[in-house]
Amino acid sequence: MTQNWPLWEVFVRSRRGLSHTHAGSLHAPDAEMALRNARDLYTRRGEGISIWVVPSTEIVASSPDERDPFFAPSADKPYRHPTFYEIPEGVRHL
Amino acid sequence: MSSTGTESTTATAAVLALGDDALILSHRLGEWAGHAPVLEEEVALANIALDLLGQARILLSMAGDEDELAFLREERSFRNLQLVEQPNGDFAHTIARQLYFSLYQHELYTELAAGNGPFAPLAAKAVKETAYHRDHAEQWTLRLGDGTEESRSRMRAALDALWRFTGEMFQPVDGLDVDPAALETRWLAALGAVLDRAGLALPEGPRTGAWAAGAGRQGLHTEPFGRLLAEMQHLHRSHPGASW
Repeated sequence: MTQNWPLWEVFVRSRRGLSHTHAGSLHAPDAEMALRNARDLYTRRGEGISIWVVPSTEIVASSPDERDPFFAPSADKPYRHPTFYEIPEGVRHL
Repeated sequence: MSSTGTESTTATAAVLALGDDALILSHRLGEWAGHAPVLEEEVALANIALDLLGQARILLSMAGDEDELAFLREERSFRNLQLVEQPNGDFAHTIARQLYFSLYQHELYTELAAGNGPFAPLAAKAVKETAYHRDHAEQWTLRLGDGTEESRSRMRAALDALWRFTGEMFQPVDGLDVDPAALETRWLAALGAVLDRAGLALPEGPRTGAWAAGAGRQGLHTEPFGRLLAEMQHLHRSHPGASW
């Protein structure tokens, strides 16, 4: 039975001002039940104020084969990192 | 032990009625743990069971020691509806029982929360839980009723089988400051609306009178209740006073 139900990816926003974060996945027969299952599985301890569910088949992922062309070129461009600044005294949370 | 008897004061009658409903249905739903058709649904049913258990603890504590009341009373002292003690059956039976009860409990707690009686604080908190229980049962009723031929016939059979236990919900309870007739009207309207959307009709059998069931509020219970109590109480009775 479980095999017939599609898989859904669950994204939970824990607080106003934060982004939705991937929390996990679950099986459900349709979107409405997926939302409810997500509520029961991923927000039981007050983790969330908003939930997204997305059919797992709709997620397009980068492939491990493409890792080099995708990600390697950024490795030797340290100037893209904000590490060349003097941080003024008194600036916190940096 | 003598304090575990039910003092027949007005308030106690109402407290035990509501508390035992929540306790016994919680236990029934808990029986699905490890047996539910899918893991996601098992967690959903366990969540509902825990909500009900929380309500039961508050309510039974209003009447005395919660552990003594839950684990040391005899069958005839329980005041829950016969509906909530009915076995889980197949998934459709569990959903039909949950639909009947959640609609009732939600309407009841909504009314109690709006008043200023002894149940108002509890009801104000519980009504958010019962709204979700009701939604859960409705969602499944829609899917089973409007699903396959098999799911439809099972949902139909479950609604019919439990129908005769629903009249008892609207018998007056001492100390419960609600109008049972008005409650029943709202319950029937809400139930009719859900069943209509699910492509199901209201069952036609009797809900009151000689052919109906239901004397749980007077302490008379159906056969499966004895086995439920044995399982629920045996640990506490085997090890009196044990703690973690």
